[in-house]
Amino acid sequence: MSLRSPLSRVEGLGSAKDGTKHWWAQRVTAVALIPLTLWFLISLLTLPGLNYETVHTWLSVPITGFLAVLLVAVLTYHSYLGTQVIVEDYVTSNGMKILSLMVLRFLYVLAGGAGIFAVLRVAFGFPQL
Amino acid sequence: MSARPRPTSPHAGIYRWQIGNTLSILHRVTGAALALGLVALSYWLVCLAGGPESYVSAARFFSGPIGLAVLLGWTFAFLFHLLNGVRHLFWDAGRGFERTQRHASGWAAVLGAIALTLCVAAWVWPRLS
Repeated sequence: MSLRSPLSRVEGLGSAKDGTKHWWAQRVTAVALIPLTLWFLISLLTLPGLNYETVHTWLSVPITGFLAVLLVAVLTYHSYLGTQVIVEDYVTSNGMKILSLMVLRFLYVLAGGAGIFAVLRVAFGFPQL
Repeated sequence: MSARPRPTSPHAGIYRWQIGNTLSILHRVTGAALALGLVALSYWLVCLAGGPESYVSAARFFSGPIGLAVLLGWTFAFLFHLLNGVRHLFWDAGRGFERTQRHASGWAAVLGAIALTLCVAAWVWPRLS
């Protein structure tokens, strides 16, 4: 006879409560980042130059802006998942762990949000202030 | 109180270094370095969206000797994390666990990352203005 409740058996999540969600998200984003990062690196390397005009014109092309938004979004998510594990491994005190994870998440949303908003500004040509 | 010291599990101090644990640590270190790279990527995009003057301020840093050295480091970190990440994905699929396969793929990841970094450097070097 199992001591697990019927609900627990149905959910099948174990004591960690989220099953393989974190692990799987890390793998899916890893696979997505293979083409995205290689596209970004090769694009930058093959541009005629990296001066303002060239890079701005390149990023203004709709497909470039679209892929750049996807790159920053997936990169931010993948990087957060990895850094989260590092904090969970090395920050031992419970209070510090919760605080670090919260600050880390804020910083990632800030960095990712700023990057995506910047690409959109280039793509849609908001007025220069 | 116990009279004789209790047996303890092997710790980092007496662990025999080999390619497996070295690359595992390097994967985490390069991942952490690339997290900082994400911040730099966002900064660069924000400067690009801010107009020619702000772009020049970011470009000036990254085209200086320190900036170029940091970019070269991030290039190696990215290429190693990419190749070693593919290794991890094969393991996740249940392949490549044999001793010879592990060692061969490990060396392929390190040497491949070094070779590709040199290729990128050789491509960029003549184009630096």
